[in-house]
Amino acid sequence: MLKRLTLAAMLSLGVATGALAAGERHGGTLVFTAPYGSSFATLDVQASPNTQEEFITQAIHRALYSWDSNQNKPVLELASSEDVSADGTVHTYHLRDNAVFHNGKPLTADDIIYSYKRIANPKNAFPGASYIAVIKGAEEFIAGKAEEISGLKKIDDHTLEITYTGPINPGFPLMQNTTVIYPSNVEDESSFAKTPVGLGAFVFKEHVPGSQVVVEKFDKYYEEGKPYLDRINIVLMAEDAARDVAFRNKEIDVSILGPTQYQAYQGEDALKDHLLEVAEVYTRNIGFNPAFEPFKDKRVRQAINHAINAPLIIERLVKNKAYPAAGWLPISSPAFDKDKVPYAFDPEKAKALLAEAGYADGFEFEVTASPNESWGVPIVEAILPMLKKVGITVKPKPVESSALGDAVTSNNFQAFIWSNLSGPDPLNALRCYYSKTAQSACNYASYASPDFDKLYEAAQQERDPAKQNDLLRQANNIVQDDAPVWFFNYNKAVMAYQPWIHGLVPNATELAVQPYDEIWIDETAPDARK
Amino acid sequence: MLRFTLRRVLQVVPTIVVVALLIFVIFSVVPGTFAASLFADGKRAADPQMIARLNEEFGLNKPLMERFVTYVTDLARFDLGTSFRTRQPVVDLINDRMGASLQLAVAAMVFAIVVGVPLGFLAALRPGSILDTVTMIGAVSGLSMPQFWLGLLMMYLFALQLNWLPSFGYGDGSLQNLILPAVTLGVTPLALLARTTRAGVLDVLNADFIRTAHSKGMSEAKVVRWHVARNALVLIVTTVGLQFGSLIGQAVVIEKLFAWPGIGSLLVDSVAIRDIPVVQGTILVIVLWFLIINTAVDLVYAAIDPRIKQG
Repeated sequence: MLKRLTLAAMLSLGVATGALAAGERHGGTLVFTAPYGSSFATLDVQASPNTQEEFITQAIHRALYSWDSNQNKPVLELASSEDVSADGTVHTYHLRDNAVFHNGKPLTADDIIYSYKRIANPKNAFPGASYIAVIKGAEEFIAGKAEEISGLKKIDDHTLEITYTGPINPGFPLMQNTTVIYPSNVEDESSFAKTPVGLGAFVFKEHVPGSQVVVEKFDKYYEEGKPYLDRINIVLMAEDAARDVAFRNKEIDVSILGPTQYQAYQGEDALKDHLLEVAEVYTRNIGFNPAFEPFKDKRVRQAINHAINAPLIIERLVKNKAYPAAGWLPISSPAFDKDKVPYAFDPEKAKALLAEAGYADGFEFEVTASPNESWGVPIVEAILPMLKKVGITVKPKPVESSALGDAVTSNNFQAFIWSNLSGPDPLNALRCYYSKTAQSACNYASYASPDFDKLYEAAQQERDPAKQNDLLRQANNIVQDDAPVWFFNYNKAVMAYQPWIHGLVPNATELAVQPYDEIWIDETAPDARK
Repeated sequence: MLRFTLRRVLQVVPTIVVVALLIFVIFSVVPGTFAASLFADGKRAADPQMIARLNEEFGLNKPLMERFVTYVTDLARFDLGTSFRTRQPVVDLINDRMGASLQLAVAAMVFAIVVGVPLGFLAALRPGSILDTVTMIGAVSGLSMPQFWLGLLMMYLFALQLNWLPSFGYGDGSLQNLILPAVTLGVTPLALLARTTRAGVLDVLNADFIRTAHSKGMSEAKVVRWHVARNALVLIVTTVGLQFGSLIGQAVVIEKLFAWPGIGSLLVDSVAIRDIPVVQGTILVIVLWFLIINTAVDLVYAAIDPRIKQG
């Protein structure tokens, strides 16, 4: 089953890249939707970790690395090459010599040092500080104990040396929207919140708070011949139903679909051929708190995994907009084990495991859940009768989204249902099961396994990506066997696009985030867009 | 009149203080914090150091009483605080959105008055007629229809099927974008105004002084213009005022649906992520708006009917 799904995911990847066929056309306006809220928090994207602000970031800014959706890995963006020391900790970047900020300032090593110091400045309390922490000396700087970040060293204007705390892949932390590079010659930093200046393919033009951000083509963008588009209107559209009408009315060019719309669009000839699907790097799960007596026993946790018919829920409730989970690392992860199968739906086995663990008469527990249709109360309600059949009584404890985050990070739950980032970096994703990771950091199920730790620590030191992935694959399988969570599904993200749109990519990190400089529109677009 | 005006204006102050207190207490006890909300979508692993840094920056680690004193002191200086999310003054955020909200509320009210009052009037003048029946059925439907659903219906009909109007957004601030959200928002006050006007006019028509006017040989047109309209006006003004006052609060759903950039959508967003200063500021502004309109209505009412001042 999973092999087939993986193949499906790969095929969708192929279809999408096929859209990059020759015939690119310059000009036109793209009306892109930002579907996750009704406002942009700030245009100072270093200050905001929300996906909503990534839509602006992609247009206006660039970071040292970027995510290549076709290769499914981070790649150099602002440097043309890098030299890496034998121990993997010192990277020397040769910066692009043709990268210019929108205010006319050419990119130099100073801008990167300035930006990283701004992000890590303890007074700012910026979310990207944890990404900068991979640079040597950043922790001291963030704690206010050092004036400089010792791992940042300017060799000359176009050469920068960065020493990292270990042999990590710095692409993952330094490709984030909160680690983009700002020009160091702007006197008033607060201006970034209203008039952003970046190195991206588009220049900020206008922001109507609560409505849209408009950007226009930057003539001095460093990629020759790009961008294709003259203008992008990034419009705020949080309501699924409203987005549906606007998309069908051809007022917007792309729309992220929920399960119900996914099913509807698949059934309509005019719409079904323009759906982009990707296995995103999130794992939906129910986390068990081992402080709650029954969850201390591995057999109980395994029994729950066997007692729930996950494929049925995915089919009926999630309308097949997901892939059953066979462990923590998702399909798009380079360390995903394609031979691993999900827990089989087997209520008899579940009963036997519960009896072995001393819970033949069952027990009762509550699941803290948000209203989310794909990983919230509706899912908990669906598992109630399944667990009841093996003697377990489940009670949903409905809370609002921000209260869910609060309850989980403060260890205030018996069980919780959530969708958590599980990629694209498997080393970072499995950090959440490393016993030295605090519960409040992301080890929400307080997992601790010496076998896992040994493999994880070996993977941390391993520089060969293939060997590292192999170690992480083994570690992931230990997690699956120990079942600190109920493995539900990996999200399948779906985007509907108009037939005149080309260049969209299957971004497994977040499908709604697209490289605008690759997108072009053909002559079949409505006149207003051409 | 001056004393009455002063008394009504001064009544606004304690109301605002009580509301401010309530908002502070409510948002101090509801679970969830801004820092935790940054991880609520599960798209990032939680970062306890960052949570601690943010809580310290926003003073959320201080005792409740200390936070309350700061809040009240700031409020007394007309300082609504700084947004957790944007780190901009709350006043600036509200200013950015107020124009669009007012635009929407005024347009909705104008639509409601221009259509609702004449309809109610005509229905009352011809009770039992087809026009009366249709108007009243329409009014009941308008009052009972959920705004969200009505909005979707409007989008579907006027944008998707007829292709007359854009289905969402502020555009460049043109009238085209305003029509659908304003009409959707205006339907409830329209229905209410039609019913109130009809009831008010019927009341007056049955009054003794109208019979007297008729018996003195006054023409129908004159009776309606001089007596009926004038007397029904008191009721209409009150309804218009109350509806207009609550319209900005009601616009929350419409603003979300049509991606209209008003303070309603700002409020919803801010509640979801626990950006408390913005929530407090926005609610206060909405309440203040309601109180000001209400007071203005009382004053107009008093001007139309001097007996009110005695009460």
